[in-house]
Amino acid sequence: MLRRALSTSVLMCATCFGGASSVAAEVNVAIHYIKQEVEAPPTLSNLDPVPEDLGQMGAELGLSDNITTGRFLGQNYELTVTVVPPGDDYAAAVQAALAETDLIVLDAPAEQVIEAADVAEAADALLFNAGAADVDLRADMCRANVLHTLPSYAMRADALMQFFVKRRWDDIALIEGERDSDQAWADTMEASARKFGLSFGERKTWAFDADMRRNAAQEVPLFTQDLGDYDVLLVADAADDFARYISFNTWEPRPVAGSEGLRPVVWHRVVEQWGAAQLQSRFTELAERDMQDRDYAVWAAVRAIGEAVTRTGAGDAATLRDYMLSDDFELAGFKGRPLTFRAWNGQLRQPIPLIHERALVAQAPLEGFLHQRTELDTLGLDQPESGCQAFDG
Amino acid sequence: MKLPILTTCAALMCSTALADEIWVTNEKDDTISVIDIETLEVVRTIDTGERPRGITFSKDFSVVYICASDSDSVQVMDPETGEILHDLPSGEDPEQFVLHPDNRHLYIANEDDAITTVVDTETRTVIAQIDVGIEPEGMAVSPDGKIAITTSETTNMAHWIDTETQELFANTLVDSRPRHAEFVKDGTELWVSSEIGGTITVFDVATQTEKGKIEFEVANMHPDRVQPVGFEFTNDDTHAYVALGPSNHVAVVNAETYEVEDYILVGRRVWHMDFNADRSQVFTTNGVSGDVTVIDVASRKPIKSIKVGRFPWGAAFRPTN
Repeated sequence: MLRRALSTSVLMCATCFGGASSVAAEVNVAIHYIKQEVEAPPTLSNLDPVPEDLGQMGAELGLSDNITTGRFLGQNYELTVTVVPPGDDYAAAVQAALAETDLIVLDAPAEQVIEAADVAEAADALLFNAGAADVDLRADMCRANVLHTLPSYAMRADALMQFFVKRRWDDIALIEGERDSDQAWADTMEASARKFGLSFGERKTWAFDADMRRNAAQEVPLFTQDLGDYDVLLVADAADDFARYISFNTWEPRPVAGSEGLRPVVWHRVVEQWGAAQLQSRFTELAERDMQDRDYAVWAAVRAIGEAVTRTGAGDAATLRDYMLSDDFELAGFKGRPLTFRAWNGQLRQPIPLIHERALVAQAPLEGFLHQRTELDTLGLDQPESGCQAFDG
Repeated sequence: MKLPILTTCAALMCSTALADEIWVTNEKDDTISVIDIETLEVVRTIDTGERPRGITFSKDFSVVYICASDSDSVQVMDPETGEILHDLPSGEDPEQFVLHPDNRHLYIANEDDAITTVVDTETRTVIAQIDVGIEPEGMAVSPDGKIAITTSETTNMAHWIDTETQELFANTLVDSRPRHAEFVKDGTELWVSSEIGGTITVFDVATQTEKGKIEFEVANMHPDRVQPVGFEFTNDDTHAYVALGPSNHVAVVNAETYEVEDYILVGRRVWHMDFNADRSQVFTTNGVSGDVTVIDVASRKPIKSIKVGRFPWGAAFRPTN
């Protein structure tokens, strides 16, 4: 069964805050957030459990931000949260939501994103992908009714490679897990490394089933001994299974990056510049935990809707989509520069923080990586390589 | 530790002292750096509460008010001794404030709470709290004292407060992340800078409607990185000096035509500024490079950079004669 909740009540009181404004007509905006629960694969360590409300808290905060702004303009927002248990029909939940709204934030794997986009009633709706980083969704699998607020794996890989270029860490080795998602992430990083002219050496699959908490110190040096010489070791471990046991145990003393060590992320508690400290503290107060990648992507989707409603005074999917894909749209996303959508595949352009657990190391795009349109387009699929035909742009 | 500052000062340098000063808050050092305008050197470093940002002197310069954001207080300091006289109730996380022309009421932006707090500095009590948009920051009061402004960074508005009723009477949209507001030309215009939008919006105060928009363009710099934040005006409000954040430039804007006449290279992530007494020099705080750039207004050239503490934020002029 679906669990649903009408999350926050509508604020009707426009006049009591003065009300004088240029965009006067009352607008009611209903947003649905639909999350596909997935069975988390078993991991060697349970130090960092995935929060049950991951993503959802981003929606709640975005809603609260929208309401605060909307009350000065006579614009009202409501959020409906639906959680689809593992194995249940995600597309059916989307179809049900489409009876009530045409603005939906999807927090689901790529397969379900495509199913949702292809529901007949969704043709004229505006969907946001805040949960799937797969490159295909922004390329030949793209859909005109889906915008992406979560950065693609390609954007994150490019961010990392820019850093390696800058630091002249030219020779790369890689360890990947056995799952499909690990291999996809590894493939994306390898392609990115080649794009930036870096030398990609040994690539080895982590196939051990030993419990690394006891014997990482014994297994990892041996496992990494035959990687030869390299400047940096990439780890592709999408499920956060074994990566944490690699650092400091490699045969050669080398930095680790990718899923461990230096990580390209969407958001992390160490991001505190550019006014981010305020967003962090608002989130922590609401959720009683730190804001994570998917929380940020969902928040950005809900805020993008809010920003477009504020500026256009409209609440319908067609007007909002046109505005978001236009040059006028910009979202203040606490990453140091305005966030905009790529008109050719609907991806939200955004800087990628490169972090370790304790601090921000750098933020891509790094200085010196230039692009004729915007430096942000040095990250991820650029227009000529996207292959997305569904958009006009 | 409280140093006997007057004694130290007398022993070391007060033979040449009584020069005017620029006071700079260092956000990540919990200090104020005091710059001597004659020698262009830091002559005192004064401890404050945590994360000092907004700074302003009383009209008679007898006390200085400091937003100690992470101490959740506004500190009142004796500028002679550097001693904290008392704290004012400020609401949580005060970031920036403005002193009403009556020299008594402080309008304080509480960044984490979406509130503007009005404090009576004599009775040391909160007399009003006004709900505004998310992350209030920019604060201004009209010269006649009738209107106070709060800008909210995430709601992207200027909120207009009637200072008699302490209630909002208008809310006007501006571009993304408004940071700073100033009344100019005898209070007939209100200027609001938008950091992410990259613009300054000029409002006609009588009607609260937009009458102009100023845009910036720094050579060889992507527009995204040209981010207007703090700004101040030269004599007679003829020109505005506008800090452009991570573009590391200050723009000189003609306040009549709204055209940008010059861009001046300063330190990294330039944030706020203030002028000396005759407005012949302007002092900019450069957050990332941890210094202050001194610009000669006549030639529009930087003449010196002065190392201060970590992440200098606010600047305030103090006459000593």
